[in-house]
Amino acid sequence: MRSDKQNRTPLGLKIAAGIGLAFLHLPILLIFLYAFTTEEKSYQFPPPGLTLKWFAVTWNRPDVWEALGLSVRVASISTVIALTLGTLCAAAISQTKFFGREAISLLVILPIALPGIITGISLRSAFNLAEIPFSFWTIVLGHATFCVVVVYNNAVARFRRMSGSLIEASMDLGADGFQTFRHVILPNIGTALLAGGMLAFALSFDEVIVTTFTAGQQATLPIWMLEELVRPRQRPVTNVVAMVVVLVTFLPILAAYYLTRDGDQISGQGK
Amino acid sequence: MPYAVSFQQVSRHFGSVRAVDAVDLEIEPGEFFAMLGPSGSGKTTCLRLIAGFEQPTSGHIEIFGETAEGVPPYRRNVNTVFQDYALFPHLNVADNVAYGLMIRGVGKAERTREAEAALEMVKLPGYGSRKPGQLSGGQRQRVALARALVNKPKVLLLDEPLGALDLKLREQMQEELKVLQKALGITFVFVTHDQGEALSMADRIAVFNEGRIMQTGTPEEIYRRPKTRFVADFVGSSNVLSPQLTERLAGVAEWSSLRPEDIRLGAEGGHEATVTGTSFLGSATRLTLDVTGEKISVLLPSGGRVPEQGKSVRFSWNSDALHLMGAKA
Repeated sequence: MRSDKQNRTPLGLKIAAGIGLAFLHLPILLIFLYAFTTEEKSYQFPPPGLTLKWFAVTWNRPDVWEALGLSVRVASISTVIALTLGTLCAAAISQTKFFGREAISLLVILPIALPGIITGISLRSAFNLAEIPFSFWTIVLGHATFCVVVVYNNAVARFRRMSGSLIEASMDLGADGFQTFRHVILPNIGTALLAGGMLAFALSFDEVIVTTFTAGQQATLPIWMLEELVRPRQRPVTNVVAMVVVLVTFLPILAAYYLTRDGDQISGQGK
Repeated sequence: MPYAVSFQQVSRHFGSVRAVDAVDLEIEPGEFFAMLGPSGSGKTTCLRLIAGFEQPTSGHIEIFGETAEGVPPYRRNVNTVFQDYALFPHLNVADNVAYGLMIRGVGKAERTREAEAALEMVKLPGYGSRKPGQLSGGQRQRVALARALVNKPKVLLLDEPLGALDLKLREQMQEELKVLQKALGITFVFVTHDQGEALSMADRIAVFNEGRIMQTGTPEEIYRRPKTRFVADFVGSSNVLSPQLTERLAGVAEWSSLRPEDIRLGAEGGHEATVTGTSFLGSATRLTLDVTGEKISVLLPSGGRVPEQGKSVRFSWNSDALHLMGAKA
């Protein structure tokens, strides 16, 4: 191999990489930029002037707070459901052997591989069939389907690395199932659960497609933004909200990355 | 006084595999008991049956006179030193050792004191604040031992605890374990596939093969008077002679065993054989003899004259060295 002599990248490749990165990230910067523009009806470039007034306007809009509150509640409860079900499922799959184990593992992961629109339509028709009115809880259920996967993937990877004899050792030393979970299992899978939970929260927080099909009259923050874009009134408010969404979803993903960095990769962050 | 551990016709089947097959076993209180056998012979499953990680398919187990079936591991007064040590990676050494005490609700101060005493007993004083990951294999093994012993179990189970250690350390630990067992008076049940380890450490040995106990006895008995061909071959690789050869050499048509170190070479008397191979082992030389088509190995002490390959030699043994095992051993 001559790679050690060739660590100088050709200039052309550097430029191409730069253009690629710019293409990916400049639009996001533009969103941020328009949060400060003085022009409220159309996004003209360059902005005629810069102002901070939209932050104050956003702060005083009750519909923003309502949507944000709903999103936070949905994401929190979906995450709690995902943490419980995902951990239990991962424990069952990795600690025991039974017929059809691989099939069940696949079924758990499937919702994240399915296009969101399929999940959305199927849930909607299922709710219709069961005559469940669309509400806060139908949104939560919809989100939980893919949040479980994220937690499950993180937990199962950690469980597999954990020596099975640790649990036996704990039982051998007098700890029953609950004590073993609290003193041995939880400390060993804690960071994986935290990472999985944060990712699940982030996924739920910016979900649009499944929400469109499972929500009734309520609008989560992403749905609210979608509706707001078609109205030509106080447009930069949407941009301010967009900045908040980026922060709220990006920070947990970053934290999850650092928590699991020296272990397994974070599974399921692609949704 | 009841037995420390007793098995009555205990079987453990996994599907169609009979891991443990109708085993009867009695272990005396205070005994250093070894379960010896090749891998897959059922010895580890027996240990797990005592610990409570497995339940018998049929049969009856008692630990100090109390029925053990259906009693979960955490309610048995038995502790285990695991093959991979199974130290908790998130706890430091002191917390690992004190784990059992913490579960039982022993106060922090007393816990710390007892853990330190246990660490001192296994010659690791002052190691309490380290993490298991910072210890060598031998040190981890000692921590695992301290973690089990701190609970003052009635029976200590050791699952091939010396398997991962190098030879020098292994011999040292064998010695220490023996001393520790005598000092504490706790019943030790020790699983191993190393016959040398079993012979040198145990008060009594049970030799396992294919889920059954082939023979139980003192190391001397197992070594000198094997009951079956398997035991003769597995415990110290004795020569197993067919009934035909035994008849020719000793006049009895039975299987027999003859220890390599009990055979002498001489000019006159005895029986004739051809040397087919020699290998130098350090303290001795191993000779392979061909006696009318059967191979016999002989250990000659170093320093003597070693006959060359292909030479014809005469060999003999003390009359009590040939051990008869019956016609169907």
